[in-house]
Amino acid sequence: MLLIQFLIFPGFLFAATIGLVTSWIDRKVTARVQMRVGPPFLQPFYDIIKLMIKETLVPAGTSKWFFLSAPLLGITAVSLASLILWRVLLTPSQTFMGDLIVLIYLFTMPAIATVLGSFASQNPLASLGGSREMKLILAYELPFILVLLVPVIKLQSIRLGDILLGTAAVHSISGVLALLVAILCMQAKLTLVPFDMPEAETELTGGAYIEYSGPPLAMFKLTRAMMLFTLPIFLMTVFWGGIPFAQGWLPLFLGILKYIALVVIMVLVRNTAPRVRIDQAVKFFWGPLTIIAVLAAILAYLGW
Amino acid sequence: MTKRTIIPIGPYHALQEEPEFFKLHVEGEKVVGLEIELGYNHRGIEKLSESKHYDQTIFLVERICGICSTSHPIACVQAIEDAGDIEVPERALYIRSLIGELERIHSHMLWLGLAGHFLGFNTIWMWAWRYREDVLDVFELITGNRNHYAMMKAGGVRRDIKSEDIPAIKKMIGNLVKPLTLFKNAVVDDPVIHARTKGVGTLTAQQIIDYAALGPTARASGVLIDVRRDHPHAAYGLVDWDVIVAQNGDVFDKAVVRILEMFESLKIIDQCLEKLKTVTGPIDSNPREIKPGEGVGHYEAPRGEVFHYIRSDGTNRPARHKVRAPSFMNIVTDREAVIGQTVSDATIILAAVDPCYCCTERMAAIDVNSGKKTFTSADMIRLSQAKTEQVKKQLGAPGPQIKLL
Repeated sequence: MLLIQFLIFPGFLFAATIGLVTSWIDRKVTARVQMRVGPPFLQPFYDIIKLMIKETLVPAGTSKWFFLSAPLLGITAVSLASLILWRVLLTPSQTFMGDLIVLIYLFTMPAIATVLGSFASQNPLASLGGSREMKLILAYELPFILVLLVPVIKLQSIRLGDILLGTAAVHSISGVLALLVAILCMQAKLTLVPFDMPEAETELTGGAYIEYSGPPLAMFKLTRAMMLFTLPIFLMTVFWGGIPFAQGWLPLFLGILKYIALVVIMVLVRNTAPRVRIDQAVKFFWGPLTIIAVLAAILAYLGW
Repeated sequence: MTKRTIIPIGPYHALQEEPEFFKLHVEGEKVVGLEIELGYNHRGIEKLSESKHYDQTIFLVERICGICSTSHPIACVQAIEDAGDIEVPERALYIRSLIGELERIHSHMLWLGLAGHFLGFNTIWMWAWRYREDVLDVFELITGNRNHYAMMKAGGVRRDIKSEDIPAIKKMIGNLVKPLTLFKNAVVDDPVIHARTKGVGTLTAQQIIDYAALGPTARASGVLIDVRRDHPHAAYGLVDWDVIVAQNGDVFDKAVVRILEMFESLKIIDQCLEKLKTVTGPIDSNPREIKPGEGVGHYEAPRGEVFHYIRSDGTNRPARHKVRAPSFMNIVTDREAVIGQTVSDATIILAAVDPCYCCTERMAAIDVNSGKKTFTSADMIRLSQAKTEQVKKQLGAPGPQIKLL
């Protein structure tokens, strides 16, 4: 039963489908902002299907095992994250203690998988991309975890169900600050512009993913699409009341609207800024964002 | 991280639209060396030109580059006119400048879009290229073509601008002011663009002079050179405009110089259109033959001075045709600009001189068996010096002493 949940709903298949739809929203909004027409609705699905039937190339002299298991690690982690997250959303009272911590770890996994895969590729561009990804993880995890402390302090629980059922953090000053910081961290977690330096097309021609082809590349793309879906939902669950299923149609509709708003904010940010350098990104996350995150945590502790 | 690795940019790379090879030597993220290899795209245009008659030559040089597709013809017809002492009617001069400045606008917009793309700012890319289409529409109205205009001819221009078209052209040109202002503000006001481009890839005025760099690359470093002003040709001596300079020599200043130049171009175009209303007369002096002699033609292309030399032996074909495009002088400054910077900045620095490789290409002879170049640059210098010594001996003149390699 759990295996089916993991594979179909609300795990892999569900997250992948909605994730690809979200990536269509991303591409369509981007296209409209850039005065283009944009892809048809099913284009992300076609892309994945096309990659699935392509040949898998493994560069000579690499560890095949490492190279091919890296995308699997990423996709497994994000499927598991989706499973845990949606069980919380569907039945908030029946979750386990510490699922917030588990989710934080699971959401780091795709980035780690990218690093593993890029170093396994043994390509100078990929290893440069990998080292940038590694620096980026170190940069954004600090403020990200600090702002996740805000709801934890407020509701005195590390159980997502309690956080979801309690007052949403966004109704306080500390919560708003925390959500803003978290959105920027999410942008980096999804490696969207301005934080897309690990794959920087014009510098590293795909960077970390440069040696991947066929199904492993499809898995990386799917992982990204699924992250595009699960991360905003996670932030909503923690800070903004999640997507409520038990309270009738209007709150559900509002929840979905909130989710789309978050995605559109990300897309707009990614279309109105150039890529920053990795040193600038680290300074940005460890400087201003960490200060705001600490401030938010202190405010939350003081009850604001 | 002191291990030295090579990041290859090329021979075919998403960054460049033409084949060329930059080897970035990097330690971690820092660039410590740069090797530039050209010669993937050599087409032998100078030699080809000797087999074409003068009218065909102009169509040939038009195809040296798709972006400077009127800069080369203007320089070429000026060289032919210089060689054959051909008069050009005044009306043709205004039309030449008008087409040349329209080309500058579309070329700078193309660069602006690419620069945005290299910085990861794809919205600027798409927008700049969207509004570039409007410039191409003006071209289509005037010349019937969007890219290769085929307007130049020795002794004048091929097509006149009809006076009934002038209001429509003016309106289309006027519509460009708004998007150009938008781009100006986007570049000048965006803090992230500042962070990415200020102090990046700086070239000092001394470096520019040492490398004889040209065009906006030089003007961004405070070197005031512009062939349009220094060696007036076409209608540039007859209209009022300014040479744009900036002082810092970084990528930001290069962008600012190009954007402000577009406004100057609009100014020139406007004045040319006004003059076309009053200056009447033929557009072509219709020369029947080119007498023996030599001539040079300069034109300030969007990237800097393009230079054509033509020697005529009295036949209907050039006996010798030499082309030097501005990127040939600008690309060598890349090494000075890029060493010590990070890989992230390297791409925008390499792109900041607005390189055009197809016009810069020189032949490279490669030995197939060893994969090595048959002639290195040191070999070439040695050959050239040996030739100089030989000439000096023939002339019996001592000349300057050269330290042999």
